[in-house]
Order: sequence, then C-alpha cells, then structure tokens
Amino acid sequence: MVDSSMVLWGQTIAYTIYCLVILLVMGWFAYKITKTGKGNKVKPALFYTFVGFLTVLGVSLHIITYNTIPWTPVDLNRSDYNPDKTFDITVENHEFFLPAEKLVIDCNDLVLFDVTSKDLTYGFGVFRTDNSMMFQMQVVPGHRNDILWRFDKPGIYTIRSTEYSGPRGIFMILKDVIEVLPCEGS
Amino acid sequence: MSFKDTFMNGAESLFKPDSLTQIQKIVLRFIVVGLVFYGFAVIEGMIMRIYAVDPIPFISTDQYFAILTAHPLVGIFGSTYALVFGAFLFLTPYLMKKPLYSVKLANWSLIFLTSGVLLFWIAGFISHYAPLYTLYWPLPVDFSQFSVWGGTFFILGIAILMVGTLFFIINIFKTIVYTPEGWEKQPSAALLGSAIGYTGLKNMLAKKENKKEHLVPLPVAAIARGTVDMVLNTGIILFTGVLILVYMLGHILGFDLKETAIDALLYKNWFWWGLDLIADGLVLIFVAGTWYLLAVMITGKKLFMQNIARAALLLELVVSWTVWSHHLLSDQAQPAILKVVSGELVTAFELITQGLAFFIVLATLWSARPLKMTNPLKFLLGGLLGFALAVPAGIMQADVGLNRILHNTQWIIGPHVHVAILIGLTMTLYAAIYILFPIVTNGAKFYSQKLANIHFWFHLIGGIGMGAFMGMAGLNGMLRRTLYIDGEFNTYMILAAISGSLLLISFLVFFYNIVMSVGLKGVIGIFSPSKLETKELLPE
Repeated sequence: MVDSSMVLWGQTIAYTIYCLVILLVMGWFAYKITKTGKGNKVKPALFYTFVGFLTVLGVSLHIITYNTIPWTPVDLNRSDYNPDKTFDITVENHEFFLPAEKLVIDCNDLVLFDVTSKDLTYGFGVFRTDNSMMFQMQVVPGHRNDILWRFDKPGIYTIRSTEYSGPRGIFMILKDVIEVLPCEGS
Repeated sequence: MSFKDTFMNGAESLFKPDSLTQIQKIVLRFIVVGLVFYGFAVIEGMIMRIYAVDPIPFISTDQYFAILTAHPLVGIFGSTYALVFGAFLFLTPYLMKKPLYSVKLANWSLIFLTSGVLLFWIAGFISHYAPLYTLYWPLPVDFSQFSVWGGTFFILGIAILMVGTLFFIINIFKTIVYTPEGWEKQPSAALLGSAIGYTGLKNMLAKKENKKEHLVPLPVAAIARGTVDMVLNTGIILFTGVLILVYMLGHILGFDLKETAIDALLYKNWFWWGLDLIADGLVLIFVAGTWYLLAVMITGKKLFMQNIARAALLLELVVSWTVWSHHLLSDQAQPAILKVVSGELVTAFELITQGLAFFIVLATLWSARPLKMTNPLKFLLGGLLGFALAVPAGIMQADVGLNRILHNTQWIIGPHVHVAILIGLTMTLYAAIYILFPIVTNGAKFYSQKLANIHFWFHLIGGIGMGAFMGMAGLNGMLRRTLYIDGEFNTYMILAAISGSLLLISFLVFFYNIVMSVGLKGVIGIFSPSKLETKELLPE
C-alpha cells in the first residue's frame, strides 16, 4: 500500500526533475536573448497553449493525488468510516495526556486520534524512528481535531507537537509511545 | 580617485545630493531604510541558521523565538515595504507624468514605517515577545509565556507601521486620480477603472471598434491593484492589533478577559485571509507589475498580450481574496468544501496567473533580441526563476493529501517561502533598484561591476541552495518553528547555513557597492532637506 514515505519519494523525484528542467530552460533563455535570432515574435497560440497546460496541470494534480494517496478520500469523508480503535488525547499547558502509557495498535487497523486542546493551538504529529513524518494535524482549542489513519506497517512511532505554541512547545515530544504490532503473515 | 575620496564622495564624485528633488530624496531614503532592515533580516536569518546547527550559548531559547518572530516582520514590512513604497511613490507619478499627490505624506509614511518597525523590533529584543507572525489565538495573549508590556509595545509598533502604510495607500490612489493645480480636470472615475483593470477586462470582451484607450500605464495598474489588497490587509492587521491590545490592557488593568470569547478557528481564518492578501495578493501583483515595467524599460518595446495582462490583474483580485484556506488544510474543523475550493482549486489558479505573467515577460524580452545582459536584466531573470521554482512548490503543498505530510515542515519555509521571497521577490526588487539608480541619483554610476556580479551569483546560489537544503530536510520530516537540540538534521542545516552565508556576503557586497557609489557624504546628504523647491520628480 502507498504510505507517506512513498508519496514523499514521488514528490522529491518529480520536483527535482522540474527544478533541473526550469534551471536549464532559464539558462538557455538567458543565453539566447543575448544572441541575434530569427522569429523574434512569439505567436499568441503558444501563449494560449501554455495557459491551457497550466490549467490542466493545476487541476489534474489534485485529481491524481485524490485517487492515489490513500488517506485523502478518508480524510475528506471521515464521518463515513468506522474506526477500529479510538484514542482520546488531551493537550494542556504544553503537555499531551494519552489514554494509556503506550498506544498499541494492531497492524492494518484504522485508528481515530481525537485530540482536544484546553488552552493554546498545538499540533499533533506522528513520526517514525528516523524522524520522518507519518502524518500531522493542527490542534485548535474549542474545536474537534480528529484524524483517521490506517497503520499498515509494524513499528514504533513518536508523537510530537507540530505547531508553535511558544518556546515551551519545543519539549512536546512523547518518544516511542505508539507501537504497531507485527502484521499477520509477516 | 583614492579609496578615501571614493568612500567620501562616491564613484567619480558623480552623486550630488544637492541636485536631488524632494521626491528623489524620499525614494533614496526609503531605499536606505529598506536595505538597512534587509541587513537586520539577513543577520537574524544567519543567527537562526547557526542556531539550527548548534544553539549559540549566549542566545537563550526565548531570544531565539523572539528573533524568529521579528525576522519575517522586519523582512516584509521593514525591508520589502520600504523598498516597494520608495519605488512606487516614484514610479506612479513618473509613469502618470504628473507630480506626486503629497511629498509630506510620503515623508510621514517613511517616518511611521521606520519607527513602527524599530519599536516592535526593540520590544521583541528586550522582552522576548514571541507569538510569531501567525499570532494563533490565544498565543499572543498568553502572559504565562510572554511579558504583557513587551507585547503591548510590540503590537503598538505594528499598528504605527500600518498607519504609515495607510498614508502610502492614500498617496498612491490620490496620485492616480487627482488633478494637479493648474491642470485640466482629470477623469477620476475612468482613471480608477483603468487602474484596477476594469477597462482591460471590458476591452477583452469588446469588439475592436469599441475598445477603450488605457488611461493608466500597465505597471501603474498593477501598483493600484496590489494596493487594493494592501488596504484590506492593513485593515485586518490593524483590527487584529487592536483586539490583542484590548486583552493586553485588560490584563494590565486587572480585568480577566476570557480568551475563549474569541473562536480560535474563526480567528485563524480571518487572520490568514488578511495575511494572504500580502503573500498571495499584493506580492504577486506588485511583482508582476514590476516585471512588466522592467521588461518594457529593458526592451523599449510594448508588452506582449497587454490586455490579457491587465485583465489578469483583475482576475488575481478574485484569486487573492478567496485563496486563504490552503493555510488551513491541516485544520480538521475547517469545512471540507473550503479546503477543496479555496485551498486547492483557487490556489491552483495562482499557477495560471503567475505563469501568465512569467510567459508575458519572457515573450516581451524575446521580441527584443539581442539584449545586453545588464544588471537589471540578469536580476529580472533571477526573479522570474525564483517564482518559477517557488510557485509550483506552493501548489504542491496546497493539496489536501500532500499537506498532511508537508504542513509546518521545512519544505514550506524553504523551497516555497524563502525561494519566493529571496529569489523571486528580492531579485525583482534588486532589478528595480539597479534600473532606477541612475534615474533617481541624476546619473550616478555603480562603483564596481565586478561586485554587482558577485552580488548576483552569491545571492542566486545562496538563496536557491538554502531553499533546497531546507526542503530536503522538510521532506525528511524536519519541522519549522521548533528546535532540534540533538542535531537530527545537521547535515542539511550545515549546508543551508553555508548557503545562508553566501546570502549574507552577497548583501554586504551590494551594500558596500552602494555606499562606494554615492559616498558617505552622499548617504548623509540624502537625509538633509532638498534645496530644490520644485514639485517635479526630476530636476529641470
């Protein structure tokens, strides 16, 4: 199944190729405009084609991600799903309060994290042991902050606040508090 | 000339402050203030780059976050606003071929801007008031972390700066529509319609014989359109400032004003709506307008697809007013319809509006081949490249799926924000400075072309390099607005710091080049009153 590290790899490759292409195009353009050449007039048709291309690109990006990134439709239609497990978490005075010392999850479970802030705006992020991010959301006081996530790989994960809440916020890290049990047949 | 002579009198003693008109002096004052505040922002940036590698012992964590709070505000309001105000207070009357509405108001803009920025900067430096520019409610009024007095002066500084911005706005619009003394009555309504792009839109839809003449040059239309967003943005920042001040004064006077009276999510929507009028409104529009002006000045040709460019400015108005929700894609209580329509689709339109401006400028330059690779041209190309890199990075993060793993990471602040500001915006402003310099100084010359080349390459490589390494760290999970005390991302942060040092060197080289061009006496002379009585922009 596509997970967040795979999506990030795809993005890295796509954006790196784009950067190299645009750098080369601008370099070529800078060189060419200092030289005499034929066909100085740009045809309006080229302009309209370019605008059409950008329109298709802008819209298709979201259609592609909606259909290939598994959490996008789940996220936008959360009420249609029944979680296998729910964790109610509270945040107050720059501290996370978990329902248990360790959050144990069965592999392939769809888990709902329902996080409530009692004072400031915080963030709620789940990170792998190599510090890469699995997912995050904002935690706004006075509102429901819930996220559904399917864990399809065993492992140990860290919770960390992903939003600035004053200098005290940098210590809002709960190391290795999520454990996803080995998957069946693995 | 000896080094000492050049340092005192400028390159070839060409710069004579006594020959400057009032408006020329004001423009140069804005440029000096803008560059000094840019220096503040670069040094702050460098301190933070070092801190991200290894915390500096004599700078506390609280001080670090105070720097993090002041840095974007000094950069945008202290530097960019000053440079933009100076350039546009000159260019609007210059292109409209009439005097500026009020020189006095322009001077007050400068005074309010400078004192406002200095006040919030000092308040932050002394008190460590650090709710960041985002001011997420109720953090700005969390007095268990921040000093209420420090915060009061900080917000007061922002408010003063916004009053200076209002003076600028009035001056720009009045200059477009007013009738100077002794002139034939100007068609104010038609001028305003042309300025905000309405005439351009009507022309696009009208038959050839019904097309109306543009009363306002295209760059002035861009200035006016961006200034509309500035009006709204200034109002929102002022209102938010007053709201925060009410809570601060309540605390000082011993009243317990309930923080929950303000809905944190509604506030976030309100604030980002206003803030995006800067980030996605006036910046993109001002930049597009400056690109158009530079392209026309460099080539001496008419702009490619001028009517489309004008109409796009009006379209950008719809985009910039409805785009804010991409900042709230990770807020689960934000309605899904706003996330998809405003956050994704409207944001994707920025790819079109900015791409369109990009193409128009390239096509205009292409039509004038061969061109000489002058300083304004190379910095313009740098600016175009900056947005070509940064806008797609922004479009990617403005996606519900991708935002889940990118929000608040170094990706946002690196390849998107810093590349857009440092390469896209700043290089465009540098191009404007290089092209306007001989005009506003009555023919002074740059001291060294070699230094100008170093300025260009170090800035370009440093800015792109810093953005790239921050982006790589972000893709690997590094957050922004926090500290990693165990050096988890040090490889990327060391490389980003090396790139940042290129930016610092580039700025110092440019600053030295400017000082050596006008001389120390010249810099002082800019701040003395003009001896010329004329209201004209340039000496007769």
